[in-house]
Amino acid sequence: MITPSIKVMDRVILERNHFQKLIDVLITRDYRVVGPTLGEGAIVYDELNSVDKLPIGWTDDQDGGTYRLKKRSDQALFGYVVGPHSWKKFLLPSALRLWQAKRHDNGFQIIPENEEIQKFAFIGVRSCDIHAVSTQDKIFMNGQHIDPHYQSRRKDAFILAVNCGKADGTCFCVSMNTGPKVTFGFDLAVTEILEDNNHYFVVEVGTELGAEILHEVTYREANGREKKLADGIIKNTARQMGRVMDTTNIKDLLYKNYEHPRWDDVAKRCLTCANCTMVCPTCFCTTVEDVTDLTGDHAERWRKLDSCFTMDFSYIHGGSIRASTKSRYRQWMTHKLAAWIDQFGMSGCVGCGRCITWCPVAIDITEEVRAIRENEMIDTSTISGKEKTNAIA
Amino acid sequence: MLPNPFHIQRLQKETYDTFTVELTPTNSTNTFLFSAGQFNMLYVFGVGEVPISISGDPARTETIKHTARAVGTVTRALQKLKSGDMLGVRGPFGSHWPVEESVGNDVVIIAGGIGLSPLRPVLYQLIAQRKKYKKIALLYGVRTPEDLLYKRELEQWRGRFDIEVKITVDTATGDWCGDVGVVTTLIRRVQFDPLHAMAMICGPEVMMRFTIKELQNCGVGNERIFISMERNMKCGIGLCGHCQCGPTFICKDGPVFRYDRIKEFFGKREI
Ligand SMILES: Cc1cc2nc3c(=O)[nH]c(=O)nc-3n(C[C@H](O)[C@H](O)[C@H](O)COP(=O)(O)OP(=O)(O)OC[C@H]3O[C@@H](n4cnc5c(N)ncnc54)[C@H](O)[C@@H]3O)c2cc1C
Ligand code: SF4
Ligand code: SF4
Ligand code: FES
Repeated sequence: MITPSIKVMDRVILERNHFQKLIDVLITRDYRVVGPTLGEGAIVYDELNSVDKLPIGWTDDQDGGTYRLKKRSDQALFGYVVGPHSWKKFLLPSALRLWQAKRHDNGFQIIPENEEIQKFAFIGVRSCDIHAVSTQDKIFMNGQHIDPHYQSRRKDAFILAVNCGKADGTCFCVSMNTGPKVTFGFDLAVTEILEDNNHYFVVEVGTELGAEILHEVTYREANGREKKLADGIIKNTARQMGRVMDTTNIKDLLYKNYEHPRWDDVAKRCLTCANCTMVCPTCFCTTVEDVTDLTGDHAERWRKLDSCFTMDFSYIHGGSIRASTKSRYRQWMTHKLAAWIDQFGMSGCVGCGRCITWCPVAIDITEEVRAIRENEMIDTSTISGKEKTNAIA
Repeated sequence: MLPNPFHIQRLQKETYDTFTVELTPTNSTNTFLFSAGQFNMLYVFGVGEVPISISGDPARTETIKHTARAVGTVTRALQKLKSGDMLGVRGPFGSHWPVEESVGNDVVIIAGGIGLSPLRPVLYQLIAQRKKYKKIALLYGVRTPEDLLYKRELEQWRGRFDIEVKITVDTATGDWCGDVGVVTTLIRRVQFDPLHAMAMICGPEVMMRFTIKELQNCGVGNERIFISMERNMKCGIGLCGHCQCGPTFICKDGPVFRYDRIKEFFGKREI
């Protein structure tokens, strides 16, 4: 096999049976390789030292409040979409010790955490999730204050992205302009192709590092037909979106509708279980816990993922600012879709659909936006009835 | 992100439930610079960390003062500390009062309860540069006379001819023979030029709401009104999400806001 030299933006072919080699190269280069695998009745992200740990031949079937694993008729490595986990599992651990403190004669001493972070290789990152990671990059690495814990996990992470070969019932990346085609933020991006007797990946090179690593694996030149096949797969996925969200003027829409009756309606359904914030790849809120051991001489500070759906979240002396379910759901959705734009110059929702799938009562963010928009149009619009229905459709 | 060690030099009782801690850095080479209105995150060993405004004079960098009310776990533990004990300090964080921007203007300071503590640094600065400002008024409301903070200093300020100090209590007790009523009633009783005045308000949210209304009625523009807001805070640096109010993070965009920049969100229920 000839190995042409490759550079950023080139597209080449990686054969299915060389995928293990890719993992091996990453492991040899000291990466902690993590990616999709079967577990907890779903496809979750975990350690991945062998290609066999991928959910080969499996797919998922998702809709509001439901997630089901199913067998595929083929042996695809990436024939599913996103599950309950996101990459924040690794970049923003759900519990992290920030420091310890030891009491001594005239006070105490703070002992910083000496974190040895093995660099991550993320396998199978979808376009929506690349956008989610870049959102968190903006929060933790591009502001006035940098979060060293996030940065140390993120800075050397290798990203092998996957262009989705199918969309699921709760996907709406097309509406959010975040997919399904991977366009940035990757070292290598693959599109999986299964033909009668051929199983291979069209690989786009995103970085020098990606090129270097691919060079250590075996690859061959891609022909025009293969490239076209890959493009077609992505286009086809874009047509399968299970959900749609109209984001026109969404910031003003939500800011103007703090008192919309729909918030009362969703409050009757929402259990404030916080599932949506836990599965959301962009939700970043944390709390801290200060603890001591039994002797009282040793203290620790832990940072834990938190949720705006809890009562404690907004507690100040005298009571919680957001005591009602209505105000907490409103805070979450308005933050995602409106305030986030003011805060970080981008939407806090990447259209991954996780919050819809994992909500026990199938509350659907796209549906909530639609309900507010439709009513608002009836309230404020001066357009004629016919045009109005057109505008809503 | 790590707390810096400070020692308590003095812990002084202000009222039955409030006290002022005076801190010095344990590594005494570091001087502590802050602007009036900023706050620190104070860590009590093993107990927790809370945001507390800095209440001392920005010109005096050898010690930092905080005035706190003992209301819960951390503030009660703080109250029990003694001089020589150690505290962790992260800060200073947040925005500041428009002390510079007020030069050449009348300044009206309106405080409710413990809300006087983040405004005290402003008073120190105004007094130090008294000539640069026109009229200076301090309007201060507390629940009962027992809740008055900084009694000695209030007397001193009251004794000056160049500052107008008016104090009112919600409920008169003991031998109180001063004003009774909410702090907003004091606004009409001081003379200031609404077009050339800067108002700085700190107190409970309802108090600030009514105060803003009254100032507006007097003709003060929203861009001349400043308030200091309070939310649950865990990080103090815009990363934990707890302190949000609409699009703002109170910890880094505030706590001090020019009113016209927060008015869409301030005072709305449960935002
Ligand atoms: C910018 C800012 C400046 C402040 N300045 C002062 C000051 O100068 N003097 C003063 O006495 N108080 C001040 N506060 C309020 C003070 O932070 C709270 O009284 C304190 O956090 C209560 O903690 P606790 O553990 O004693 O009470 P608990 O009721 O046991 O609190 C539990 C937790 O809830 C949170 N919490 C409770 N009340 C508040 C509150 N009012 N604001 C924010 N978080 C709260 C804290 O995270 C606390 O750890 C300020 C608050 C903010 C946001
Ligand atoms: S919207 Fe659904 S997932 Fe989110 S808190 Fe409410 S019930 Fe839970
Ligand atoms: S809000 Fe829902 S759809 Fe949007 S990014 Fe978060 S989990 Fe995905
Ligand atoms: S206190 Fe953490 S974001 Fe403001």
